[in-house]
Amino acid sequence: MAEYQTPTSEPEFHANFAQIKPRMNSSEALFESSRCLFCFDAPCIKACPSGIDIPQFIRQINTGNTTGAARTIYEANYFGNACGKVCPTEVLCEGACVYNLQDVKPIEIGRLQSFATREAIEQNKPLMGPGTPNGRKVAVIGAGPAGISAACELRSLGYEVDVFEAKSQPSGLTVYGVAPYKITNEEVLAEMAYLEGQFGFRVQYNQPIASRRELEALEESYDAIFLGVGLGQTNALLLPGEERANCVGAVEFIEQLRMQHHRTAVGRKVIVLGGGNTAMDAASESARMGAEDVILAYRRGKEEMGAYDFEYDLAKGVGVKGLFNVAPVEIVGNGKVEGVKFIRTATVNGQVQAVPGSEFVEACDMVIKATGQAKQTQLLSLIPGLQLDNKGRIVADERTGQTTNPKYFTSGDARNGGAEVVNASAEAKATARGIHAFLNAGL
Amino acid sequence: MPDLSINFAGIKSPNPFWLASAPPTNSGYQVMKAFDAGWGGAVWKTLGVPVVNVSSRYGGVNYRDKRMVGFNNIELISDRPLSDNLREIEEVKKRFPNHAVIASLMVQSRQEWHDIVRDVQNAGSDGIELNFGCPHGMCERGMGSAVGQEPEVLQTIVEWVMEVAKIPVIVKLTPNISDITEPAMAARRGGADAISLINTIQSIVGVDLDLFAPYPIVDGKGSNGGYCGPAVKPIALNMVKNCAQHPDVQLPISGIGGIENWRDAVEHILLGASSVQVCTAAMHFGFGIIREMTSGLEQYMTEKGFHTIYDMVGKALPNVKHWEDLNLKYKVTADINEEKCIGCQLCYTACEDGAHQAIRLQEGSRTPVIIEENCVGCNLCSLVCPVEDCITMERRDDGTEHLTWKERTEAGTIPTEFNDERAGGRHHWVPEPAAALGKEKHKTLPGKARQYAAADAAALEEASPTRAD
Repeated sequence: MAEYQTPTSEPEFHANFAQIKPRMNSSEALFESSRCLFCFDAPCIKACPSGIDIPQFIRQINTGNTTGAARTIYEANYFGNACGKVCPTEVLCEGACVYNLQDVKPIEIGRLQSFATREAIEQNKPLMGPGTPNGRKVAVIGAGPAGISAACELRSLGYEVDVFEAKSQPSGLTVYGVAPYKITNEEVLAEMAYLEGQFGFRVQYNQPIASRRELEALEESYDAIFLGVGLGQTNALLLPGEERANCVGAVEFIEQLRMQHHRTAVGRKVIVLGGGNTAMDAASESARMGAEDVILAYRRGKEEMGAYDFEYDLAKGVGVKGLFNVAPVEIVGNGKVEGVKFIRTATVNGQVQAVPGSEFVEACDMVIKATGQAKQTQLLSLIPGLQLDNKGRIVADERTGQTTNPKYFTSGDARNGGAEVVNASAEAKATARGIHAFLNAGL
Repeated sequence: MPDLSINFAGIKSPNPFWLASAPPTNSGYQVMKAFDAGWGGAVWKTLGVPVVNVSSRYGGVNYRDKRMVGFNNIELISDRPLSDNLREIEEVKKRFPNHAVIASLMVQSRQEWHDIVRDVQNAGSDGIELNFGCPHGMCERGMGSAVGQEPEVLQTIVEWVMEVAKIPVIVKLTPNISDITEPAMAARRGGADAISLINTIQSIVGVDLDLFAPYPIVDGKGSNGGYCGPAVKPIALNMVKNCAQHPDVQLPISGIGGIENWRDAVEHILLGASSVQVCTAAMHFGFGIIREMTSGLEQYMTEKGFHTIYDMVGKALPNVKHWEDLNLKYKVTADINEEKCIGCQLCYTACEDGAHQAIRLQEGSRTPVIIEENCVGCNLCSLVCPVEDCITMERRDDGTEHLTWKERTEAGTIPTEFNDERAGGRHHWVPEPAAALGKEKHKTLPGKARQYAAADAAALEEASPTRAD
């Protein structure tokens, strides 16, 4: 019997995908903020890719200055609320909390952060705004964490900013790719609307930039172009049978789940291929959607999985079973997926090797491939002089985010190969300063 | 099993824990409930001149998430009819003959004092407490702390009371005075059997930031109140000690002020109290706290081998000295246990900004290091450290030398001029003032600035890679 019943309505969906970091009430925030030690040169700040002054905002919450707390957060990170919910805080700020060394529960920094930002968003507190117009324009391609953060920072520096987004909603993977129990669509979009309202950048949705002609138009009209294009579809496995119905990519599956909620079809027995955080998410989500069996199949040992421990724990907690040291060789079935043929593997000198003759078929009616996302090579190839590294990541100056085409700057997954929302947000903020420095250099 | 019973100036009580004269002793119902719960005695809410109370009477001081670490009130003495109170005192005494019921009194004229003393004696009270402490509402009418602040008036009234008193008389003192021993001595001169202290401290517990009025707010206005609760214990302990040590006081002391658990009670007792009174804690948590108090006291006495309360009364007094009698040769410095350190660096910043710059940081570690030669042994780091027994103050002198300021004064070796070579801070290292500018600035900047400062620092380094930091 599955842990979860398949949800058939919005309330049932939300019950199955209850927020793992639910909103704090003010009493909880008072109690939790009271525990903060106010460390000097606090490790939590150093562990935060966006360098939020965490002890400061916690102290502000504690003294009833929740608005000031939100300001502190947003000054460092425009995805303040989203990051409080979706950041892997266990390995970042909360993981660095000195209480861990005392075997005391670390401060719930993520939830405190959301406590402050949610209030600012709901009350539409005027905490930020555009700078004095400087007469220059920047185009931002992609309204994900990188693009929106860059747009906010550029607006604060006085630029006119137009954001071009291929999809119909902003925030990129925050709304399309994060597990629903980490943040709800409404919560993500409320923060985006708040930022848009505060800074007044323009976003053109359903407006993919896909041709050289479109790029040229941007190059002509804008002083600089920010590439926040992220990554693409799930990589193909190039296995026989991959085209069978019910063999889907994790990114596509999660996007559908985020948009369709309980209307998303999930198999009774699901095999998730991969060992990263996205694989954990897809496995957890399948279980929460009522799949009776969910198997997480990884070609190496458990300890070698790229996923954070707490993400695997989360999956195990909803009944996901691990199948390690197996490599898929074929998706079997008859039109539809009926199983995955695996071969057992052994790791010899760090290399995964198949064990001859060890093939077996694990039956299932759905396969989710969580084997990484492809790069946006098609689009990037249209930009003259734009260099990619050997992993397909855009080469950019570490501090300014300027690419090898001086008019183009970049941040986020397209540049770092795929990281957290907080990384994209922090990088993009710095890159906006890089754009500003570049455009002012000649003045 | 230790014996918790006391005989306080002739008032017998099964244990030293009394409810102080206050809202918890406003009625026979409450006092009976308290005795039923295990309290040894109760000082009845002050009986006396007729009063009218306001609505909105209490204010609290919260510390972070802790409520009521301080508390004040603008409530007056009992506003219930005297006859009701007397009848209930009688009823309580009938039901609890072995518990202590003390009537707190506050009236004005000699005749009123005589009448009310007789009344409460007839009702069966075991003792009388004279309320010369209330610092709000009553003092403006020439009673309460107005009496406590005038030793001669206090003495006169005590004398009036003693003219008719057949039961022990306790004088409750106000702390709103420079020297608590003055009214204490006046009480003794007047013939009182004991003193109790402290009453509440005149206070404003807070100001409403929206209404611009002090708490508690009565229709947009407020008044000073009387402060009590855990926060006042240190003031109470010092005053109890002052009275206990004074050779001309020599009266049993009922300790009051910030007592919430057995430890607080023991501290009062070690400094000379032989009964203790509790109010705020009972108002906060109810009468049930008595179980923890008696259990803790019993356990402590058992462990220390004390058979009765009197084995411990005033036991700390010989160790409470004047500053001039402290050993100037005693030397401690801080020691950080690296195994226990969690790297919060509170000790570092506390010493750096608030003390003697005797802690430094080390490269590649969050654990700070004590600069032994700068450490004056002030204790600050050990006080701010959130880890138990992580920073300890270790004795560095060999214990063979003993020299006090008084002895130095007598020997003529004290510093006498402003720049005297013999003064304490001479030759003690302090950094140059300008060394403070920009020090570790990047560690204290807010997030955004920190990011850019780090980037700027990196850029600077990039520009001149040989430049030493």
